[in-house]
Amino acid sequence: MVKIKSKNRIKNRSLSSRLLNMLNGIVLIFVTLLCLFPILNILATSLSSQAAVSANRVTFYPVEFTLASYETVIHRAAFWTASWISVKRVILGVIINVVITVMMAYPLSRPVNEFPMRKVYVGILMVAMVFDGGLVPNYLMVHSLGLFDTIWALVLPCSVKIFHVILMMNFIKQLPGTMLEAAKVDGASHMTVLTRIVIPVSKPVLATVTLFSFIDHWNAWFDGKIYNNNSANYPLQTYLQAMLSNVDNTVVSDSIQNILTNTQTLEAAQMFLTLLPLLVVYPFLQKYFVKGITIGAVKG
Amino acid sequence: MKRNQGRTLTASVRRDWRKNWQLHLLLWPGLILLIIFKFIPMGGIVMAFKDYVPRKGIFGSEWVGMENFSYMFSLPNTWQVLWNTLRIAIEKIVVNFPIPILIALMLNEIQNIRLKKTVQTIIYLPYFISWVIIAGIVQDLFTEEGMVNQMIQGLGMQPVFFMGESGAFEAMLVGTDVWKNFGYGTVVYLAAITGVDESLFEAAKIDGASRIKQIWYITLPSIAPIVMLMLILSLGNVMNAGFEQIFNLYNPLVYDSADIIDTFVYRVSLVEANYSLGTAVGLLKSVASFILIVSSYAIANKYTDYTVF
Repeated sequence: MVKIKSKNRIKNRSLSSRLLNMLNGIVLIFVTLLCLFPILNILATSLSSQAAVSANRVTFYPVEFTLASYETVIHRAAFWTASWISVKRVILGVIINVVITVMMAYPLSRPVNEFPMRKVYVGILMVAMVFDGGLVPNYLMVHSLGLFDTIWALVLPCSVKIFHVILMMNFIKQLPGTMLEAAKVDGASHMTVLTRIVIPVSKPVLATVTLFSFIDHWNAWFDGKIYNNNSANYPLQTYLQAMLSNVDNTVVSDSIQNILTNTQTLEAAQMFLTLLPLLVVYPFLQKYFVKGITIGAVKG
Repeated sequence: MKRNQGRTLTASVRRDWRKNWQLHLLLWPGLILLIIFKFIPMGGIVMAFKDYVPRKGIFGSEWVGMENFSYMFSLPNTWQVLWNTLRIAIEKIVVNFPIPILIALMLNEIQNIRLKKTVQTIIYLPYFISWVIIAGIVQDLFTEEGMVNQMIQGLGMQPVFFMGESGAFEAMLVGTDVWKNFGYGTVVYLAAITGVDESLFEAAKIDGASRIKQIWYITLPSIAPIVMLMLILSLGNVMNAGFEQIFNLYNPLVYDSADIIDTFVYRVSLVEANYSLGTAVGLLKSVASFILIVSSYAIANKYTDYTVF
């Protein structure tokens, strides 16, 4: 049936319409390549010889193929220390974030007539969402708690993600009311409803929250930069940032020097390895990204 | 009368606790974390009205009234930084606005499902890449001998000094921001387009409306509410010109035009250790952001029935 329909459509289409279609496809493919290109460029750079890179001969395929940069990275302890810190922060951070999200989303998904204090809590969360103390007070708070140079400085300050709470709360609200009502008639407590009914059916939104949290933690670098006095405690992205940055050298000639003399292939290899976990999970889990973006569209 | 009200209030709180104590307990761990890392620091903004000396602590330091603010506004940098923030943020909003709509409309016309899915998957990949890595790539591509300049020269034009020339640097900021974020908007609009009532298109086809006419008279009006909503909510971002992006790309050559509030606050407070001034500038931004976000929510709520919670 569908096939016949599309056949008819093709037959009826005029030449100009078909040309327009082709042009549309070509433009979109070009845009797609534009999105893919920088990633291919760092992969190609990491696999090329430094001479070829310096001569700007590398575009999106390796020139004078070599694994030299990866061999160097394997022996670079600082890179692996930073990776291990990133892995730790992701595991701890994601677990804490998801648990807190579930714990806050369920009570807030209850209707006001059942949970009148909901309004008060929503008000508190709203204030936390729209107002921020700013860089210095946050910094001094983490400092005064003695969290500097510990993994907790990277995990605790961002442990409550209100956006995630809203995402999950909206999901629970959309569940058929009869499902939860039936349990309550049977005399089940809130804890039972949450653990036996809500959590098992919330797998899609939990996947979304887990992924967002994973991306946030894997990509975070600024907290690692300001909450660590010792660069040996940097997570991977902060380590990369320090390596790539030309901001900290306040002398202009220094920063230009920096751009010119660092070994680009080595940088590219480390950048690509940092990107790799994301590239590996992305194709399999991108439907959850789409779902999350679509549910959470209204609040970026 | 008043006492009576008070008594019924405590009574109802007590009743609520008896009935819903589990719900309250579930909320508290998160709430405590918010109090420690969000609300107590909000109290820390009193530093903006003090001459903060780390040795004396926040409470021991001396009150100086509005001195930090008058000093702040006497610095020529402050006005420049405010202007840069607004200008760059608005440029990004304006350029970022039409592109995802256009791409979503184009993508919707693709008949080949495989192609459509592949394009869709790849174009929002950049959204998930950190600015640290993107900046690393951009710095290589946009150097004077970099690939972008090779292409510019290939077209017979003079090479552009993206990293040092204000106008070119700003264009690069907007361009790379679009590159990173347009996929996100496209997904939102594509979802909205998919939700449009199919029968409208069937009716239009019977009336002989062309594809372009269908887009103009059916698709666009149908997604207009979500377009409006996205635009209104972006108002809340006018004070955010993109700290992570600019911090990783800028250098002293372009400070004049690319230094924004967030980068300025970072340098003043954590590099120069002028905590009170940093807090004052930060407070200015927080208050302005607060007003913008609350008004954007209010407008969105009034015109599109949007609610946050």
